Amino acid sequence: MTAAATALATSLPQEEAGLEPARATRDSRPLRLITCGSVDDGKSTLIGRLLWDTKAVKEDQRATLERDSSGRQNDLGLPDFALLLDGLQAEREQGITIDVAYRYFSTDRRAFIVADTPGHEQYTRNMATGASTADLAVLLVDARAGILEQTRRHATIATLMGIRQFVLAVNKIDLTGYDRARFEVIAHEFREFALTLGVRQITAIPVSALKGENVVHDGRAAMTWYEGPTLVEALERATTRSAQAVGFRLPVQRVSRPGESFRGYQGTVAGGAVKPGDSVVVLPSGMEANVSKIVTFDLVRNAAVAGDAVTLVLDRQVDVARGDMIVAIDSQPMTGRAFEAQLVALLPDGIEPGKRYWLKSGPRRQRVVVEPVSQLDLSTSAWHPAERLAMNAVGKVRLVFDEQAIFDGYEQNRMTGAFILIDPDTNDTVAGGMVTGRRAEIGGIRKDDERVVLSLPADLADRLMASEIFASRRHDADVRRTDAARIARLLAALD
Amino acid sequence: MSDIRTEAEAKPNATPKPPLDPHLKALENEAIHIFREVAAEFERPVMLYSIGKDSSVLLHLARKAFYPGRVPFPLLHVNTGWKFAEMIAFRDAVVKRYDLDLIEHINPRGAAENITPFTQGSARYTDIMKTEALRQALDAGKYDAAFGGARRDEEASRAKERIYSFRTPDHRWDPRNQRPELWNIYNGMIRAGESVRAFPLSNWTEVDIWRYIQAEDIPIVPLYFAKKRPFVERDGMMILAEDPRLERLPDEVRQEGVIRFRTLGCFPLTGAIRSSAATLDEIIAELETATVSERQGRAIDRDQSGSMEKKKREGYF
Repeated sequence: MTAAATALATSLPQEEAGLEPARATRDSRPLRLITCGSVDDGKSTLIGRLLWDTKAVKEDQRATLERDSSGRQNDLGLPDFALLLDGLQAEREQGITIDVAYRYFSTDRRAFIVADTPGHEQYTRNMATGASTADLAVLLVDARAGILEQTRRHATIATLMGIRQFVLAVNKIDLTGYDRARFEVIAHEFREFALTLGVRQITAIPVSALKGENVVHDGRAAMTWYEGPTLVEALERATTRSAQAVGFRLPVQRVSRPGESFRGYQGTVAGGAVKPGDSVVVLPSGMEANVSKIVTFDLVRNAAVAGDAVTLVLDRQVDVARGDMIVAIDSQPMTGRAFEAQLVALLPDGIEPGKRYWLKSGPRRQRVVVEPVSQLDLSTSAWHPAERLAMNAVGKVRLVFDEQAIFDGYEQNRMTGAFILIDPDTNDTVAGGMVTGRRAEIGGIRKDDERVVLSLPADLADRLMASEIFASRRHDADVRRTDAARIARLLAALD
Repeated sequence: MSDIRTEAEAKPNATPKPPLDPHLKALENEAIHIFREVAAEFERPVMLYSIGKDSSVLLHLARKAFYPGRVPFPLLHVNTGWKFAEMIAFRDAVVKRYDLDLIEHINPRGAAENITPFTQGSARYTDIMKTEALRQALDAGKYDAAFGGARRDEEASRAKERIYSFRTPDHRWDPRNQRPELWNIYNGMIRAGESVRAFPLSNWTEVDIWRYIQAEDIPIVPLYFAKKRPFVERDGMMILAEDPRLERLPDEVRQEGVIRFRTLGCFPLTGAIRSSAATLDEIIAELETATVSERQGRAIDRDQSGSMEKKKREGYF
């Protein structure tokens, strides 16, 4: 077993021998994962194999498959798995997958939801969509080809969307003669790259999806040298994300007033926990109250945690509307009219600077102007200055609101740090974004940063600003041009 | 048969039901979130209610989502006139018991043009009595959002459908032009005449549905449970022989056997399975070893390859 796999495996309780958990109850919520890789890497075969070997494919579906794939069987006599997966006729005819599809399978231990996204590089948007809800990413590479630029792109996007657990499935290992050295070179190369992204939880697995080795069943017969988990074992051991460790957040979806005597605020807890008696603040108004009751259909509860859909009753009459957020008094999110964010442009028109979009975050929808700052070059991981963002671009932007907005940083809370942009002309969802921080209302200055004021000759400043390092952080800098006399007065005031 | 008392109520001394396991709880939370979001964002939502097990779960979740308030939208049952009699009795009992608003619609062309499952091919019958009927009912109610109980694991074309599935003013679904859906943030912005179909059960599987029915003690139509019933065999399907409108063909014999249904629809188009599963435990046990999918008993899905996608593009639910 590789070092990382060991670390992952030992951090989780092992089932005691002989104590097979009953299939009827599950002790964890479904693990959501995304599969990334190209058609050539054998992705359809891998997912087909997962569904087939976990018995998620029933006989009549097999029959349809076998009828439709007439002649397109592989050399093991199995049907063409791609036909099982490509649900839409148009795609079938063209032989490509164009969108995100969701697949379901389960083992005795856990249920899985797979977001199956296409591998072609044009489809960054689909990957971002699939990754937005995923706990883990399975990156598929062809053992003969190794890590490609595309692999690095996929890992970069997955990381950007908040995924911190990867499984590297080194597929078609049979076609290398089960070459252990080849596998280890690929695994090492990927780990080195992932470290630059800040990702440490990596399990690398040599796989033959076609032969079903190390997918659901182990491949020991062919690979005596591999002692790590199969793909399914790695997925069973993975952790699901939880937002319970952060401050309490309840984005209000609706106000329930079935009668004069009851007023409850309905929503899904987006962070932390709450219990009756807790002091809370309603944002953006800032009104304070205490929680008097947590109401659900089943019973009045004495606590609710992140993920729970609840109805909250407060101890006093305060003004709360849909889109407001009820939060812990001692751990509040950021509020303000200007934020910094990263986003993925999803549609052909891209993101236009200065255009007023709708921004929706949880149930809160408000007007925003988006100012692109820089764009990520996915092949080099460098940020370059950008004024507009085309489709599939990943960019850093400034968000400027007409009224108070409420966010957590996406790194701290995936639910209250995420948003979508809606084009008011077409009503289409044009971007998915993640808040990185709040900006001061003026300039590029944040309250708590340590800042340095430089006074430079104009020509030197121009050269400095043309440099790559400056351009990549242009949005962090505040640049004003003025004359020497005024600067002298300003600097004197600072001393 | 219209008695829909639940098992817990029948046993007054029963212990309080244990909390849901984390898996079902996560699915329930997601569905409630979707219900609340749609109810808050749209002006005229409606819930499509087919009386089947998925609809029963959907209704239960709606009641939970809006508790202690009433379900804030009507239920729409697109009837064909050819449903199992037990389904209609069950529907009426549920509506009364839970104080729901029910709208029933039957396409008047059915009676006017004598369109029946026997006189038409199943494709044409479904097109008129289900797809067209649904469009009529949605237009008449000017509904801008319709909840449905579809699951992505049911059929290949469903796997790519969004939770908010956008429809044009003539109810068409364009699978190539769906809005990206990220996190649990749903885009409910539409123009006049456009609408959304919302699917709170998107991420549920058939086993989840059954386990939830069991955990929450949700009443369902008794046809799901095995019992000795009369049937005839037709086109490889076992058709329930209770309705007097079922005319026996010359070589058909009325038989009796212990059978049950995995899905419910129009009785002449819905095949039973041979099964002795008479309790939820037995159904779940049977399902976990099942080798055929639930849609196998449905004639309409087998008409042509990709048939569900064709029907959906035209506005089929």
